[in-house]
Amino acid sequence: MAAEEVVLRRLKTSKDIGKFMSDYYHELDAASKSGKQKIAWCTSVGPAEILRGMGFLIYFPETHSAMLGSTRMATELIPKANAIGYSPEICSYLTADIGAFLQGVTPLSKAFPGIESIPGCDVLVYNTNQCRDVQDWFAWYSRKFGVPSVGIETHRNVGTVTDTHVSSIVGQMESLVEPLEKIAGRRLDMDELKHAVALSRQCSDLWEEVLATAAAVPSPLTFFDGTTLMGPAVVGRGTQKAIDVYKLLLEELNERIAQGVGAIGEEKYRIYWDGMPVWGRLGPHSKLFAGLKANVIASTYCSSWIFSALDPEKPMESMARAYTELFIVRSDEYKENYIKGKLELFHCDGIIYHDAKTCPNNSNCRYGLPQRLQAQTNIPALMINGDLNDLRLLSDEQTKTNIEAFIEQLEESKA
Amino acid sequence: MNPIYVGVDVGASRTKVAVLDLSKRLIGYSIKKSGTDFSKTAAECLKTSLEMAGCTEADMVGTVSTGYGRMNVLFARETKSEIGCHAKGSYLYFPMAITIIDIGGQDNKVIKLDENGRRTGFKMNRKCAAGTGAFLEEMAFRLDIPLDEMSVLASRSTNMVKLGSFCTVFSATEVLENIRNGKKVEDIVKGVFFSMIQRVLEMDSLTENVVMTGGVVENNPYMVSMAEELIGRKILVSEHPQLAGAIGAALYAMDLFPAPSREL
Repeated sequence: MAAEEVVLRRLKTSKDIGKFMSDYYHELDAASKSGKQKIAWCTSVGPAEILRGMGFLIYFPETHSAMLGSTRMATELIPKANAIGYSPEICSYLTADIGAFLQGVTPLSKAFPGIESIPGCDVLVYNTNQCRDVQDWFAWYSRKFGVPSVGIETHRNVGTVTDTHVSSIVGQMESLVEPLEKIAGRRLDMDELKHAVALSRQCSDLWEEVLATAAAVPSPLTFFDGTTLMGPAVVGRGTQKAIDVYKLLLEELNERIAQGVGAIGEEKYRIYWDGMPVWGRLGPHSKLFAGLKANVIASTYCSSWIFSALDPEKPMESMARAYTELFIVRSDEYKENYIKGKLELFHCDGIIYHDAKTCPNNSNCRYGLPQRLQAQTNIPALMINGDLNDLRLLSDEQTKTNIEAFIEQLEESKA
Repeated sequence: MNPIYVGVDVGASRTKVAVLDLSKRLIGYSIKKSGTDFSKTAAECLKTSLEMAGCTEADMVGTVSTGYGRMNVLFARETKSEIGCHAKGSYLYFPMAITIIDIGGQDNKVIKLDENGRRTGFKMNRKCAAGTGAFLEEMAFRLDIPLDEMSVLASRSTNMVKLGSFCTVFSATEVLENIRNGKKVEDIVKGVFFSMIQRVLEMDSLTENVVMTGGVVENNPYMVSMAEELIGRKILVSEHPQLAGAIGAALYAMDLFPAPSREL
């Protein structure tokens, strides 16, 4: 199939998102340099609201690693971590980030002039809901900086979220409060916590609305847009600024829908993406799909920052519930139903599963799920092998052939 | 004018050209090593196959290229994926619901078609040479046996040596270890074929009718016999399994570019 002229329509609001990210990192940088505000490093779905309730600024190493991936710095840096005993088989976010630290480099300095390094660290706070690797990742920095690493060990393979699940996580979160208060040098302010939960919920609701616009035909949004637009939902949870920027984004997307403007030139096929993006190939992949008149409109990954259970009146309990309702910790039965619902909601013609070599928790095609789902839905599926950050684990040509052949298959089945 | 359709399959290992007439008969073909200049090799293959068909370039109504070097075929008017081309090229000879196993120089494919020839799914091997022609070439090199003698040697084996590793490099180490331990070469070669088939069979489930294509199959008929033994039924192989992709590409050309007479 010959790739035609590629039309990718850039969102105007992406500039505002860029400014949001720039302000966020500059604020961290200033605090790091002045030492006036404590900085907590937190995993992407860690208990950020508790940290905000104690006045911490929050830095998210996973977002930094995604930047290492998208700037294609990661592949050169991963071997540095391998050489000190961190296997090439484990999370390439971890190995890229530790490798960058060992090498003394960061993509922040190029992206945000004036920033020379990652921010300092007063404490590391994790939730293993993403994976166990985050614990080991933070443990390395804990030893390196001589600061505590504390966190929450999540439940896995959760079918129905029960009160028992929730109360055990609440217990773990409550036990974090005292040690964190000591580092913060102040008490947890329940009003601030409730306010942060309320803001997180608003941010989550807006992000959900943003992603839901992709149900329109043509979709005003692509998955590849979403992976960068989700920045505020990850790092700005619990802040007003994230809400403000998402209101702008939603407005622009709704304008596109009203005008019938899609994110790509012509949207003939609508694809769902399960698994991590290949950060170092966001551009080539978005062009490849657009050239084939296929739009990857929705994904499990971008939807992972929707926390509908958050309730400011029950901050701890609702956080525990929201962070246990996450797709990534759920049973395969739940995951099947979830994806099935998304395929219907977004009117998808096909689904692509990215089997990321170093990210088993985000690779949902290793236990027969695609085959079971295809039997139920009759929606064709494709599995591609790759990785989130380590480009040594990727064959561009094979990926291209697979995707082209898949779109051909969809074309023939529609004919 | 003698209208013809041309399919070009530029694989990682070999370039194949197939010339079909309006009745979909294969009237010319050529297979050469792809080398490093894909455009030149494709042009040479075209020349040879046109001579065989008794045609000239003026007779070419449409040309489609496929394979890893598909973009390098300057005389092709359109490109298609090799998955689609192998499917089309196989369905021409076996018009029924089939599972196609293609063993290529550097990748393997398992493609499923329904009774109408529509693809219902496909798999390619992971980024690894296990089970591909490259694996066979490496083993032939290690054993110091010409590639074209592997099939006959394997058929003489009476006590197959099983290779345990997924990895081509580790398998080569195992081969050397077996040589040191005095195992017979034919028994090792049979183990090499067995390993290749196992790698392919674990890629996907098979439907009732199985077709095998690719250069490895064309040059190693023993491999088909062994695969038949393993799956417990007859495998379908066309007269030129290595040309399946090129023939499929020519069939795509036929769909895309109707002959002048058809338009009248």
